[in-house]
Amino acid sequence: MALVEIRDVRKSYGGVVPVLNGVDLDVEEHQVVCLIGPSGCGKSTLLRCINGLETIDSGEIRLHGDRVSGPGVDVDALRRDVGIVFQSFNLFPHMSVVDNVTAAPIKVLGQGRGEAKERAMELLARIRLDHKATEFPDRLSGGQQQRVAIVRALAMDPIVLLLDEITSALDPELVSEVLDIVRDLRDEGMTMVLATHEMGFAREVSSKVCFLYGGVVHEEGPPEQIFSDPKDERTRAFLQRIIEAGRL
Amino acid sequence: MDEPAATAAPEPTPPPRIRAPRAIRKWTPAPPKSAKGVALGAIAAVVALIGLGLFSVSAVREGLASVGFEDASTDIALYGLVALLLALFVPALKGLSGASKADRLVAVDLAEARAETAAAREISRVAIGYAAAAAIVFLFGLFLVANEVAVGKTFFDLALIVETFHLVGSAFWVNVEIFMVAEALVLVWGLLIAVARLAPGKAGAPVRLIATAYVDLFRGLPAIIAIYLVGFGLPLTDLPILRDMTPTMFAILALTLTYGAYVSEVYRSGIESVHWSQTAAARSLGFSHMQTLRFVVVPQAVRRIIPPLLNDFISLQKDTALVSVIGTVDAFNQAKIIASNHFNLSSVTTVAVLFVLITIPQARLVDKLIERDQKRMRAGG
Repeated sequence: MALVEIRDVRKSYGGVVPVLNGVDLDVEEHQVVCLIGPSGCGKSTLLRCINGLETIDSGEIRLHGDRVSGPGVDVDALRRDVGIVFQSFNLFPHMSVVDNVTAAPIKVLGQGRGEAKERAMELLARIRLDHKATEFPDRLSGGQQQRVAIVRALAMDPIVLLLDEITSALDPELVSEVLDIVRDLRDEGMTMVLATHEMGFAREVSSKVCFLYGGVVHEEGPPEQIFSDPKDERTRAFLQRIIEAGRL
Repeated sequence: MDEPAATAAPEPTPPPRIRAPRAIRKWTPAPPKSAKGVALGAIAAVVALIGLGLFSVSAVREGLASVGFEDASTDIALYGLVALLLALFVPALKGLSGASKADRLVAVDLAEARAETAAAREISRVAIGYAAAAAIVFLFGLFLVANEVAVGKTFFDLALIVETFHLVGSAFWVNVEIFMVAEALVLVWGLLIAVARLAPGKAGAPVRLIATAYVDLFRGLPAIIAIYLVGFGLPLTDLPILRDMTPTMFAILALTLTYGAYVSEVYRSGIESVHWSQTAAARSLGFSHMQTLRFVVVPQAVRRIIPPLLNDFISLQKDTALVSVIGTVDAFNQAKIIASNHFNLSSVTTVAVLFVLITIPQARLVDKLIERDQKRMRAGG
């Protein structure tokens, strides 16, 4: 039984624009799964469905065999265990860095202030931002903000971490400091699902790459196979364009 | 026409030109527009102002004489004021000489001429601006002393103002009490209504509906009618609690109901101005709907709504004068009593001045806050 099982998930906006057209995907424990594909292929929507930020029209999503989609699911409980990091960081601008990290453990998990802060400082030290703990997010660079956003999600000790194009809003020279953290997390065995346009990174870090197109998984496999010997014609065309743009 | 080699590879077509080359046009240097007109206008304005000043001062002296007030030092002060305005000839004449110098310079050095023209125009406009402002002050002075100081005596009877100040001043505390309590209640009540109007989902629909109906009702109802209905109507019902309330409490209740509707809209716009990604981030960490509002959305909204909120509070403070319709003896009501006893409105002037005095610092504070927000916006968040 996979950690996350996605079966025939369909979703459309307003009942007219289909975004997901029957997605099937398994994420095993300790796996890093990369979702690649052109803009609008449903990568972000799929991630948002996994932690209940979007509802699905049909199909099902299971976590450890338990169905976590559909009515009656405690989405707050689901989101406690399924973390997500967004493209645009979405740090809380009215809270200091350390308060951003401790807010959810204190208010949602009911941790003590001291305990939550200690853990937050530990995590911030790991990304070498403990000296910025009392700063506000607008004093941080994009890369630093995104690192804090990752730590904010980690402070909830998630079972699986979803990363939604986390480097797309960053200046090129800041991308690597964020990707380094993802590498560390992989080495620790964190289960992650990434939507990404960083093909080189996807190739290096993932255990499995899925090519999404038109709301369907067209091809999935180990990174070496997808990137050097894609079987599906659309995958080939997509990767060809990426190579022509000099991004692989 | 016969194609010689249909099988040969076609000639690669040259890429289409993006833009045809354009004919080159030259720039003809344009001389600056002469500042002489503005400069002459400034001199005319200052001359007219001095004339108006002399006329006004003699009218004021006449008016003062008619109420038996003649004083050499006042005369010196009044004429000194006019003499002071002679100083406006300095910028006006400087502007004129600058303008003619600029006109001569056009043939010699265009850049110099432009700079000189700009300076001359600027200084001439300064003279005109001050002259216009001074003229308005003189015209107001003339209005006060017209018809043997009729206006002055009606509105600014100093003796009466001093004599009745303690009555009006202490009654003003009633206004202060009403708006302080009402503002505190409005802050809480408005937020409750705003949150009700944002109640989520199907279950929230009836709550949203009733809150919207309330806001529509009290935004459409003139405050004076709300006060009248609450202040005269509720005591007539003879219901427990309500029958024991004082007129001041009814006034506070009516103003809270009215301004609660306005302020809930301010809160709502503030809450809706917080980007949905903040809600997504909070919800993704496991915060519930109410926790998201309380810890993430409302704290950010409140910072943005302080200027419009203060504007509504200034309105509320002014509307405390309306409570006189239900017989509460506030400053305005007290002043009206004095006014009808003395056939003179000077005590009402006292109330007016008191209201203006408490409003000005708040209005400045609002300006400051808006300016600060705009600066932050320009700085990019």
